[in-house]
Amino acid sequence: MYRYDEFDHQFVRERTAQFRDQADRRMAGTLSEDEFRPLRLMNGLYLQLHAYMLRVAIPYGTLSSRQMRQLGMIADRYDKGYGHFTTRQNIQYNWIKLEDAADILQALADVEMHAIQTSGNCIRNVTTDHWAGAAADEITDPRPVGELIRQWSSLHPEFSFLPRKFKIAITGAPHDRAAVKVHDIGMRLHRNDRGEAGWEVMVGGGQGRTPMIAVTVRDFLPEKELIPYLEAIMRVYNLYGRRDNKYKARIKILVHEIGAEKFRSEVEAEYARHPHQQTQVEQRELARISAYFADPKFEKLSRFAPAFEDAKRSNPQFARWAKNNLATHKTDGYAIVNISLKAPGEIPGDATGEQMRVMADLAERYSHDELRVSHAQNIVLPHVRLNDVFAVWQKLAEHGLAAANYGLAGDIIACPGLDYCSLATARSIPIAQAISRRFADFDREQNIGNIKINISGCINACGHHHVGHIGILGLDKAGEEYYQITLGGSSSENAAIGTILGPGFAFEDVPDVIEKILNTYLAQRADGEEFLATYRRIGAKPFKEALYAAA
Amino acid sequence: MSEVEKGQVMTANRLRDGEVVFLTRAGVWSEKIDDAVLALEPQAKAALETRAADDVRNTLVTGHYLFDAERINGRIRASHFRERVRTLGPSVRPDLGKQANGNAGGFPVFKD
Repeated sequence: MYRYDEFDHQFVRERTAQFRDQADRRMAGTLSEDEFRPLRLMNGLYLQLHAYMLRVAIPYGTLSSRQMRQLGMIADRYDKGYGHFTTRQNIQYNWIKLEDAADILQALADVEMHAIQTSGNCIRNVTTDHWAGAAADEITDPRPVGELIRQWSSLHPEFSFLPRKFKIAITGAPHDRAAVKVHDIGMRLHRNDRGEAGWEVMVGGGQGRTPMIAVTVRDFLPEKELIPYLEAIMRVYNLYGRRDNKYKARIKILVHEIGAEKFRSEVEAEYARHPHQQTQVEQRELARISAYFADPKFEKLSRFAPAFEDAKRSNPQFARWAKNNLATHKTDGYAIVNISLKAPGEIPGDATGEQMRVMADLAERYSHDELRVSHAQNIVLPHVRLNDVFAVWQKLAEHGLAAANYGLAGDIIACPGLDYCSLATARSIPIAQAISRRFADFDREQNIGNIKINISGCINACGHHHVGHIGILGLDKAGEEYYQITLGGSSSENAAIGTILGPGFAFEDVPDVIEKILNTYLAQRADGEEFLATYRRIGAKPFKEALYAAA
Repeated sequence: MSEVEKGQVMTANRLRDGEVVFLTRAGVWSEKIDDAVLALEPQAKAALETRAADDVRNTLVTGHYLFDAERINGRIRASHFRERVRTLGPSVRPDLGKQANGNAGGFPVFKD
């Protein structure tokens, strides 16, 4: 894991001290609300429906046990005993007091964390594959480059007042688990014919009210050119991005308005204009960062783990969980453990302080001290010996963390919605709860198979509804909650924006609607065909008929 | 059936802790919507605006605005469901917020 150097420490502590002074001055009245608002937002402190909300950055979703424990301490001491893991691999606290905020930032700084650039028109937390450094299909761990981008983009004077917020996602694996094509910049590592690794650079993806898939501006960018090339993209955006209209200010609108070709040529012209020597990635610096992400010392183990196999045979519940919640590790004898924060009827992404400590303890004992937050609002223990998995599961089960629905219908992405968020137009959490309860029967959920159901409580799409295989968008129609359904979205390497199925539905009808959609899929699917493949083969018509034909 | 009065209520969040508060007839902020003054006339609404803006300057509250509400059988009901959520707390956590500490408004977010 990355460890702060003296500059990181100094910079975060100075910022915390600055914020303490600013908050004190606001409470004393020497700073006005208009003066204070941008300052608190720069430190992740929002005002939401019921209280202040603090959004804490978790760079590329990676946490140590110590950090996770501190997040649990903050939940218990300063919030109401829980936190909410978000689709940006961050954590949000819902009940923060302004008078505590500086102490919380101090507690975060103590464990090398902060809330800087989790808000505002700057480059936000870089997100990546939650299985980075562990996945069997990975070319290289993308996190050293994520850290490089974090260091470059933190308080970058030229890119602190962009036309709008800016999100970068990277993946080091061919199977995209980081949704890179729906980010302002997405980067995918791949190898050329000579076996060298380089980055495909994609620009102009995004969700929100104008969802778009990113276009490729460079097929193969050598690693040392990464930062100067990103700078060229940021400069073109900073210069031409619209500042007259908030809804047209994201880079996706610029790319769309001037066209991919024109945008690409502007970037290349900007890139050619500047000498790159000074900003090229120093191999020494990248090597220094990479050393922090070196593999833990994996033991040489057999691929076959007898204790694990025995436990599955003797405990069907464990076997079910293992079938869905484990992923293949790059090292024989190890597994990636995915902890679903989506137990049927629970709130997606919420964890109590106690649950955070349990997961931290498990990571410390069994996963080389590491945890990950996934953009699907789950927690990952990336490096667990297969023979330890049963012990991990038993502990998880004691604390309500052993839901066996990873990747299935109950594993729903949902934004906080109108239960917490001041931008929301409708609730999303109770919809997720109702659907996960409806499909809680294991055999039925297993039969439906892999599916992504994503729910947003407003058009800003924090719940990624555009890229859900089934997307649900909550709107306000004449003072009533109203839900629009989209089908066929995807955030993986075959990314697509879902298509609206037809007129929306009332709150209480949504679980029935989802059931009809899934029954239609079950009736139409070919052998072994997943929902998305069936939808792409048969189109929207059978689903429309099932929902709208017989009134 | 008693008479329904329609008007507006001034709300904000308390500066120090973010608690949702409503402006009362006495010109102080209460955590309960039922304590709020329902402004029926434009002059009354303007007076609430002035009072709230003063209290923002005086570091008592932040993020103030007026919302539509009506008085039904002596209790105040926010017209829009968003504001009813603010008078209760998260619908998915009945153990938290005003609904759990005795400061709840008298009307559910949606009809039961």
